Amino acid sequence: MDRRDFLKNICLFISSGAVVGGLSPDAWAKLIHKDYDPAKHYYGMGIDIDKCIGCGRCMQACKTENDVPGVPYFFRTWVERYVIKTDKSVTVKTISTNLEELADSFVEKDMLRSFFVPKLCNQCDHPPCVQVCPVGATFKTDDGVILVDGKRCIGCRYCIQACPYGARYLHPETRVADKCTFCYHRLVRGLLPACVEVCPKQARVFGDMKSIASPLGRFIRMNKLHVLKPSLNTDPKVYYANLDGEVN
Amino acid sequence: MEAVQNFMELSQQVVGFIYPNEIEIHWSILIVVYPYITGLVAGAFILASLVKVFNVKELQPTYRLALLTALAFLLIAPLPLQLHLGRPERSYEMFMTPNLTSAMAMFGFVYLWYLMLVLLLEIWFEYRRDMIVWSGEATGLKKWTLKVLSLFSTDISEKAVAFDKKTVKVITVIGIPSAFLLHGYVGFIFGSIKANPWWSSVMMPVVFLFSAIVSGIAIVMLLYMIIMPLRGGKIDMKCLDKVASFLFYAVIVDFSIEVLDFIHRLYESEESIKILSQLVSTKLFMSLVVLQILLGMLLPLGIMVVIKVFKLQEELRKLLYFVCAVLIQMGIFSTRWNVVIGGQLFSKSFRGLTTYKMELMGIEGFLVALALLIIPFVVLSVLIKLLPPWKKEELAGH
Repeated sequence: MDRRDFLKNICLFISSGAVVGGLSPDAWAKLIHKDYDPAKHYYGMGIDIDKCIGCGRCMQACKTENDVPGVPYFFRTWVERYVIKTDKSVTVKTISTNLEELADSFVEKDMLRSFFVPKLCNQCDHPPCVQVCPVGATFKTDDGVILVDGKRCIGCRYCIQACPYGARYLHPETRVADKCTFCYHRLVRGLLPACVEVCPKQARVFGDMKSIASPLGRFIRMNKLHVLKPSLNTDPKVYYANLDGEVN
Repeated sequence: MEAVQNFMELSQQVVGFIYPNEIEIHWSILIVVYPYITGLVAGAFILASLVKVFNVKELQPTYRLALLTALAFLLIAPLPLQLHLGRPERSYEMFMTPNLTSAMAMFGFVYLWYLMLVLLLEIWFEYRRDMIVWSGEATGLKKWTLKVLSLFSTDISEKAVAFDKKTVKVITVIGIPSAFLLHGYVGFIFGSIKANPWWSSVMMPVVFLFSAIVSGIAIVMLLYMIIMPLRGGKIDMKCLDKVASFLFYAVIVDFSIEVLDFIHRLYESEESIKILSQLVSTKLFMSLVVLQILLGMLLPLGIMVVIKVFKLQEELRKLLYFVCAVLIQMGIFSTRWNVVIGGQLFSKSFRGLTTYKMELMGIEGFLVALALLIIPFVVLSVLIKLLPPWKKEELAGH
């Protein structure tokens, strides 16, 4: 790419960003990347609980990539640490991205078993958030990702109430609902979500469910899977391998 | 930075585990005020309809007052919603691009239907003749206001007045299901959220409805007891006793439905029962057990039983009715609080409880909420001045 092309691309990118609000789902994807056809994909994520070491890199990468507020309260993705003690009592904590705090929290006594659970928007196939949004600002794309149109959202927070997974928050600066997009801006360019990219253990596996050959296709074939809160009939597209029954 | 400080304080008060995004309570005091206000609207209208549709003659002195009360509160009802939005300047999107699967998207349409087609029409037909007569007697601004309000109609022939009366009756018949719709719908907004076991219940619209009827009857009773003497009239005890007895039955029905809901939850004892029991016995103990059930329901029920059994004398009865109506208002406000705030105090992980710290000053703070509860009374006083609920002969006749 020479300098001229580079500048041209930048201009295109900036101008497309400016008009991206208020578009239909597939027009949205096309505008971000003209060669991208959302109808050809259907995305999901696999998470292997046994591989996660709770390093929190995914949380940091997500905050940086998506301009999530730096405070330790709003997250598009976070990691929970479960500790089940010999008396069967369960304690859960969201792991800290602060390394010193993180080291402290690992000292536990009488531990029976312990594991980490990465969480994010489940990109449900029957998303309650889309159902309740009064203005249609939250919608499902053709490739199965749930997005929020920040230019249309009125900030009523009904979607936040309707999400069973606590995956949404009201962005303190834009005052609209915000959540994980599977890094949609990266997907349409053929890149992986930031959290998947940085995971040192490949505990997160991302892929296209329309392709059996994708890493996710393999993950789905090789593991016994579970989803969160299946009784709510939301049909999540984030699949967990080796998930413990205590997790909800 | 101030927000971070706030969250730090809040996180100290979290019991157990909550999802990190749950640190903030999303529906604040304003969303408590909203169903409280719409409940008063629906309830007051139901009381008014008892006169027209069910022909309960004793209630006639409260009829117009009930209609004006419903209107005053209905006019203010969208305000708390509007103020609570993250982007209030986009609220028009609800009309422009409503999402038909969203219960909330229907708000504007249900509201407009109720305001335009039911309440305003009924009040207009009810007052049309009087507005024409009064505009003839008045001078200056009032004369013209009344003329405009009556839409410059002039016909006060017997035939026209008979038509008015018939129309009022028809509108009331449409109005009853509409009032049910208005408040049942507010209940549905909460009851249809399957993610939240405290809300998700088919009983929710029914509970909302009957608590609305209770609060609406009680507010009209309270207003009647205050305004009538202020305007130089005497309280009609037959009317008051009748209002109180409808209130009594409404409270019993409301109480039974809530107890049924409670027993059902306890008996089914689903996954969420542990965290909900913890919620009720700690964070909601004061507002649910003490304020809503003991002081807001059982005590007024007890007082009304005493009044009925012992046939107390007039002055004492008035005093006790007044106390009951005030207690019931407090109880129903607590009911709204316990639904809206209570439903957000536990984590959807069912592993912990959080806290709601109400602001004093901010736009979603205590003072704004208080103002929103006072404004309807100011609106009502203007309405009463313009469209007196009682005629001079009625005031003198008692």
